[in-house]
Amino acid sequence: MTTTPQDLRTDQTPLAPGAPRSGTTFLGLPTAPRGVGHLRGDRSFPDAARDALRDGQLRANLGHATQTIRGKRARVVAELPDWQQLRAAGSALKTATMARLDEHLEELERQVTARGGTVHWARDAGEANRIVTDLVRATGSDEVVKVKSMATQEIGLNEALEAAGITAHETDLAELIVQLGDDAPSHILVPAIHKNRAEIREIFLRTMPRVDADLTDEPRRLAMAARAHLRERFLRARVAISGANFAVAETGTLAVVESEGNGRMCLTLPETLITVMGIEKLVPTWRDLEVFLQLLPRSSTGERMNPYTSTWAGVTPGDGPQDFHLVLVDNGRTAVLADEVGRQALHCIRCSACLNVCPVYERTGGHAYGSVYPGPIGAVLSPQLTGVEDNASLPYASSLCGACYDVCPVAIDIPSILVHLRAEHVEAQERPTAESVAFRALARAMSHPRLWRLAQRAAGLGRLVARGRPTMPAALPFPASAWTRSRDLPTPPAESFTAQWVREHGGRS
Amino acid sequence: MSAREEVLGRIRTALGETRAPVPEVVRDYRTTDDRPVAELLDVLVDRLEDYKASVLRCGPEDVAGTVTAALDAGLGTGWAPGSVVAAPGLPAAWRPDGLDTDDDRPPVQLAERAASVTAVAVAIAETGTLVLDGTPPCGRRALSLLPDCLVCVVTADQVVGGVPESLGRLDPLRPLTMISGPSATSDIELERVEGVHGPRTLVVVLVS
Ligand code: SF4
Repeated sequence: MTTTPQDLRTDQTPLAPGAPRSGTTFLGLPTAPRGVGHLRGDRSFPDAARDALRDGQLRANLGHATQTIRGKRARVVAELPDWQQLRAAGSALKTATMARLDEHLEELERQVTARGGTVHWARDAGEANRIVTDLVRATGSDEVVKVKSMATQEIGLNEALEAAGITAHETDLAELIVQLGDDAPSHILVPAIHKNRAEIREIFLRTMPRVDADLTDEPRRLAMAARAHLRERFLRARVAISGANFAVAETGTLAVVESEGNGRMCLTLPETLITVMGIEKLVPTWRDLEVFLQLLPRSSTGERMNPYTSTWAGVTPGDGPQDFHLVLVDNGRTAVLADEVGRQALHCIRCSACLNVCPVYERTGGHAYGSVYPGPIGAVLSPQLTGVEDNASLPYASSLCGACYDVCPVAIDIPSILVHLRAEHVEAQERPTAESVAFRALARAMSHPRLWRLAQRAAGLGRLVARGRPTMPAALPFPASAWTRSRDLPTPPAESFTAQWVREHGGRS
Repeated sequence: MSAREEVLGRIRTALGETRAPVPEVVRDYRTTDDRPVAELLDVLVDRLEDYKASVLRCGPEDVAGTVTAALDAGLGTGWAPGSVVAAPGLPAAWRPDGLDTDDDRPPVQLAERAASVTAVAVAIAETGTLVLDGTPPCGRRALSLLPDCLVCVVTADQVVGGVPESLGRLDPLRPLTMISGPSATSDIELERVEGVHGPRTLVVVLVS
């Protein structure tokens, strides 16, 4: 299935600047402020992307990685005759969950509490960090072990803990590489994908206190060095912090999906477990996991099942942490929920399949997106969490090719949300930019056949500019330069498809 | 206003006064598997081996001897029975002589042991997954995590076709561990390395 322009044309009615977003009604109840934390870059996407595009090593690593994972995913997805039915069920389940999100969260809270856990609510990143910091302080521990978690990266928890004098040890191998290298993750699933084995060896030799000086760059040796480095930390840790892939409202069951066993170490050995979770991560019933535990591993690592999935409900006497806290974080999610088109972005199960198929991500990598959420999902989620004015270039970080929608295990229509956010951004502009002018003209042309034919004829002029080269020159005159600075535009064909059809079929349509 | 009330209030505002109806969830994916048991067992073995787990098959009379063979395969012959810890509820007929039994010692002490032996609650053929549920035959979670070699005994009646059937048999209030092969990472240039923090060796004894 590919996305056609028709699919993209959902309700594009522009909003007046400052007008309430669609679906918002005001009942005198609190409306949602935007999220804070690691959701914005220092630079716009095109500027950051331009540097990334010059980095040949990065492009080679990314190309290899995304291609390999794409192939694995395609093989294991093809194995299931009912993949599309699972995908439709996953999408419907998420829509159903969001439609009654308040009720499911209250039920989750009741169930977790009934089983000996404590539930905390956080309006934003700052509040979540304060809650976690206070909980750690109350244990008297000055260090914690952490399982890879997008939510804690989003809220900048490690930095907040550090400011409070608490050391957070990342335990996922890739996160460890990123943390020891004083770097930022670049992919949801394989955060250190931009580093090759020689670079990782160098980081380990430099930062691991008792590492073997003869360490080679063989992946097995590097993984064993990480095992030795972390083993003792796991055994002495008294507090662990995790995220959650799913929470079941009806039973209070939390689920963490992982590969290395570091998650199990954190969820099992310490006395205190603090789980930080976005409010959208829940499913109504236990049975619903039968859908997501099939969709997630196959879409994510391209495995039939990931090596370890752990589930727990509250506290189990004699088995695992005896003190359990669940921190539910809003941080802009309710603002996303208020947008009827954009709220689909909350359905994301963070599998990263859309990153791996995205031609833009494959060339720029994750850092260019400036947020902890890169790739197509980041391009729709980050601007909604922060407000589109704070991440204005991200909705343009896509060619709208539709590959992300096709692979998404919960069928999030990312291209439609991108178009919706672009329209919102354009409308919010007081002074027209080249992008807004071009986008308005394109939207108008695409909806009027006569104008579209004219535009195609005008594109024929572009051939003169290109003078026979396969791509247009990077430096087109303003305002087109704003678009072509970091994009290679294909030279328009000598004859448009429409013109060719008319010539060969005599004007029948 | 508390954070709880405020977040719930924002959700109610976002969803509006007249809420859209909850869409129906159509479950027309596969929820049962009619293949004969023998065939499911073969699929399970194939998937386990694909994940680099070893599988030894035996009849119900032969379990203790096969567990011994599994420990030979995982640890090399000559292992000390006292270095192997069994789940407290592991049936006596499945236990080789002299094994240690897990008790309420601090879990970190299990890290010094060479291997552990447990039962499972359910096994999923299609994904090659073993599910341990923390009951006495499976043991607490640390038992199947800290020793470097894990031996799991699976009986034919515990094997189901797919994920939906497995969840129907499990208690969501118990701490569950789903295991599909030894722990693994692909974080370095996507090259798969088996055995990071969990057991590096997984041996399955399949009883039918
Ligand atoms: S948007 Fe879809 S494909 Fe992308 S990470 Fe989320 S669930 Fe996966």
